[in-house]
Amino acid sequence: MTLSFNLLLAACLAYSALLFIVAFAAEKRARAGRLGILRSPLVYTLSLSIYCTAWTFYGAVGYAARSGLEFVTIYLGPTLVIVGWWAMLRKLVRIGRAQRITSIADLISSRYGKSTALGVLVTLLAVIGTTPYIALQLQSVTLSFSVFTDGGVGDETSTGLWVAAGLALFTILFGTRNLDVNEHHHGIVTAIAVEAVVKLVAILAVGAFVVWGVAGGPTAVFALIDASPIAQWQMQQGRWVTLLLLAATAFVCLPRMFQVMVVENTDETHLATAAWAFPLYLLAMSLFVVPIAVVGLAVLPAGSNPDLFVLNVPLAFDKEWLAMLVFLGGFSSATSMVIVAAIALSTMVSNNIVMPIWLNARRGDATLSGDVRNVVLRARRLSIAGVLALGYLYYRLSGGGGALAAIGLIAFLGVAQVMPALVGGLFWRGATRNGAAAGLIVGFVIWIYALFLPGIGTGTVMSAQFLADGPFDIGWLRPRALFGIDGLDPLVHATLWSLGLNASVFVVVSLLGFPGPLERLQGSEFVNVFRFSTAHKGRSPTTAEAEDLLMMAQRILGAREAQALFQATAARQGKDGYLPDVTSDFLERLEREMAGSVGAATAHAMLGQIAGSGAVSVADLMRVADESAQMMEHSIQLEAKSEELGRTARQLREANEKLTAISIQKDAFLSQISHELRTPMTSIRAFSEILREAGMDRETRDRYAGIIHDEALRLTRLLDDLLDLSVLENGQINLHETDVELTDVIDRACTAALSDGARLTIRRVVADERLMLHTDADRLTQVFINIIANAAKYCDAPSPELRITVSACGDGINVDFIDNGGGIPMAQHAVIFEKFSRLGQTRIAGAGLGLAICREIVARLGGQISYLPGQGGAAFRVNLPQARFGAHAVASVA
Amino acid sequence: MGKRVLLIEDEPNIVEAVRYLLTREGWAVDTHSNGATALDAVARRRPDVIVLDAMLPGRSGFDILRDLRTAPDTSAIPVLMLTARGQRRDREMAEAAGASRFMTKPFSNSDIVDCLRELGGHDAA
Repeated sequence: MTLSFNLLLAACLAYSALLFIVAFAAEKRARAGRLGILRSPLVYTLSLSIYCTAWTFYGAVGYAARSGLEFVTIYLGPTLVIVGWWAMLRKLVRIGRAQRITSIADLISSRYGKSTALGVLVTLLAVIGTTPYIALQLQSVTLSFSVFTDGGVGDETSTGLWVAAGLALFTILFGTRNLDVNEHHHGIVTAIAVEAVVKLVAILAVGAFVVWGVAGGPTAVFALIDASPIAQWQMQQGRWVTLLLLAATAFVCLPRMFQVMVVENTDETHLATAAWAFPLYLLAMSLFVVPIAVVGLAVLPAGSNPDLFVLNVPLAFDKEWLAMLVFLGGFSSATSMVIVAAIALSTMVSNNIVMPIWLNARRGDATLSGDVRNVVLRARRLSIAGVLALGYLYYRLSGGGGALAAIGLIAFLGVAQVMPALVGGLFWRGATRNGAAAGLIVGFVIWIYALFLPGIGTGTVMSAQFLADGPFDIGWLRPRALFGIDGLDPLVHATLWSLGLNASVFVVVSLLGFPGPLERLQGSEFVNVFRFSTAHKGRSPTTAEAEDLLMMAQRILGAREAQALFQATAARQGKDGYLPDVTSDFLERLEREMAGSVGAATAHAMLGQIAGSGAVSVADLMRVADESAQMMEHSIQLEAKSEELGRTARQLREANEKLTAISIQKDAFLSQISHELRTPMTSIRAFSEILREAGMDRETRDRYAGIIHDEALRLTRLLDDLLDLSVLENGQINLHETDVELTDVIDRACTAALSDGARLTIRRVVADERLMLHTDADRLTQVFINIIANAAKYCDAPSPELRITVSACGDGINVDFIDNGGGIPMAQHAVIFEKFSRLGQTRIAGAGLGLAICREIVARLGGQISYLPGQGGAAFRVNLPQARFGAHAVASVA
Repeated sequence: MGKRVLLIEDEPNIVEAVRYLLTREGWAVDTHSNGATALDAVARRRPDVIVLDAMLPGRSGFDILRDLRTAPDTSAIPVLMLTARGQRRDREMAEAAGASRFMTKPFSNSDIVDCLRELGGHDAA
């Protein structure tokens, strides 16, 4: 080899320097806000090309040389996803932007209720799945070095170490330069885009050289292909489908792919461009794989490593500059993959493992003291170094052996375990955290046991005997023949079991369980991301102080960004120049911004510490429910109060109505008194004036004198009544109680009441009336007269009748007077016993004092008088107490 | 033949006194004592003057007066309203209802005779 190692090293360094400059320039442009080309869909599409690592660059040709067209699946899988399932990718990108997702672990954690545990699980899976891959890149770089140096200058291990260290430096410099709220690394993405071009140009150059420079044109190449073993390749259907599935899954789930496709995405529409441009890129990358493989097989000595055909074919024809280009292409492939993978992993490790631990360790004061930004950045830097150290370690320990492609596929299946939880999380609201965790763990364990451990080389962890007979000679636990399924290709076998059981367990556990409140919120946000972009209010307004929040936000987002955010919010709230109100909207937004820096689970936890609600827990919901219950109770109490008020108001209204009625009665009575006094006086005056005139016969004179006399008596009666009532009301009455038979009292009353010839028929059951009473007979007679006279006056039946019935009632007797007239209207019941009360406007003899006097008298006699409604006519009941008559009742019945 | 007066009053002694006084003055006196049928009596008797008590069984004198004043046949008949309640409200109600004269009981015999003479025109005397 004429190409000196030093020259190679210089080229390598120069190329690295170029990348540094590109990254630095891009970063500077982005910082200045002149994104321009940095945000073009072209850069986005090219950045996706980190899918093509050194494994694809070198390994595809080796793969083709060994297994024929099987390598095509590695290109076909992503093509199928980006073309066929574009909608899913778009949803993923939308969610990633809406929720400020920082990594695939963050996505799973966020979807399933911002679960820290799931974040840790996916992070571990990603680290374990990616470490061999990084080792692979280191191996490919050292291998390609060794091709040039013939294994002479410098040893492979130190080359690997240098490469790892250099990559760590670059990644730390550009990947953790700042804690960008959007987690966009313009410098790195641009550098990757450049590398994508370099590796495409390199592989196309070799391809062109092989076809036209070596084989002598396409026709010759086809002839060569026909003659080669590749033409004899038979498709193994199971393996073909499995590989297709793995490649498609890996395209979505690989941490680095997620990083460039979702996290670094600046514009959703870029995905549309990538949908056609990226498959074209893959086509270009794979176009010359078979020709190079065929020519390599034909030209190079038997036993050459087919993984290095791309490099060795130009060298065999002494095309050193072409080889140099290829070397740089391979170098590009390796470095871009390692850089992005390291960033993705370090984000996951810092956000999902380090930060939760740190927060836990400094519980309480974590959000208010210490520089969170520095902690995060330091955690990321250390993580990057750690990831690369792991990769290097793996590379050293595995001894750099094994076919490159085999390790690649093992890693694919590892990260593919995230797929059920991811797809389920995007489309199925019933998916639960427990389901996702259980599925992931099952898939992960089977992958480790059935593929990863056997795959890193027989004898390293699992002995040949272990593989053949299973642990403790348990046949159905043989790593490559689980549950007795034998004879399958190990990869197909492991894929079937791990992904199959993973998905099944995920679905079953999800169906059996029930998503928690926060899981449901997030679930609906994810599944319905297109329907409402920022609809939900996950956090109730809290006592969090805006100042505390600002302090914390400054240390996470940076002072400038945090202040800008707070000012913008305050301005939106109409409080320009002040701190914003801590609304749930604001907290939601702040949490999302912070999630962009430290991940969803951590941001939620940190805000939770300040805002006092770590999560929407059942306890929270219970509290809310309690509050509602209390409010309900209050409302019930209020209702009761208002009912009481209503009752009081009703009573007041009734009292007022009564007062008003009484007042009206009083006015009416004054008129009535006036009328009752003036009417007899009118007659007296008129006739006395007539009598004063002479010339009148004696008969007429006597008659007129008689009228004057009657009217004078009438006046006297009226005055007597008024005085009587006044005396009764003042309690100055003297009762003359004697023993008297009830029937005698009624007899006297009837006779007196009907003495003026009123036509009223009285119906009595005299046998019932033979009861002795000890009472004031005259007063009782007065009451009965009044009632009977009323019936005679008011009963409006054609042939008026009054029924008098006597009955015993408890410790008293009832004397009922029921006529057959129209009765007294309900409205009058309340007032008929009031003095001055009269029925209707029209005038009937009597001043309306009768019933009032009766009421007073009966009360004095120890009984009561009441109106009996519903008896057909007007009905009055006089109740007299037992003590007044009891002793004589038996004798009278006999 | 003298003019006709209809006396609508339910107190028999007052009816007798007024009838005596007016008959002696040359009036043909008809009497009616029920408020409810008073309008019929007016239609039947076609009096030249009406003496109407305010408080009647069956119907108030004020209501009867209002109806008399709205009916074209009776709207022009002079009405002397009598009341025993003697409150100013009664006088106002009577004037509002369209009473030609208003007297409070008890009245002097000469007052009611003079009043009727004015209402019926001098030829009645």
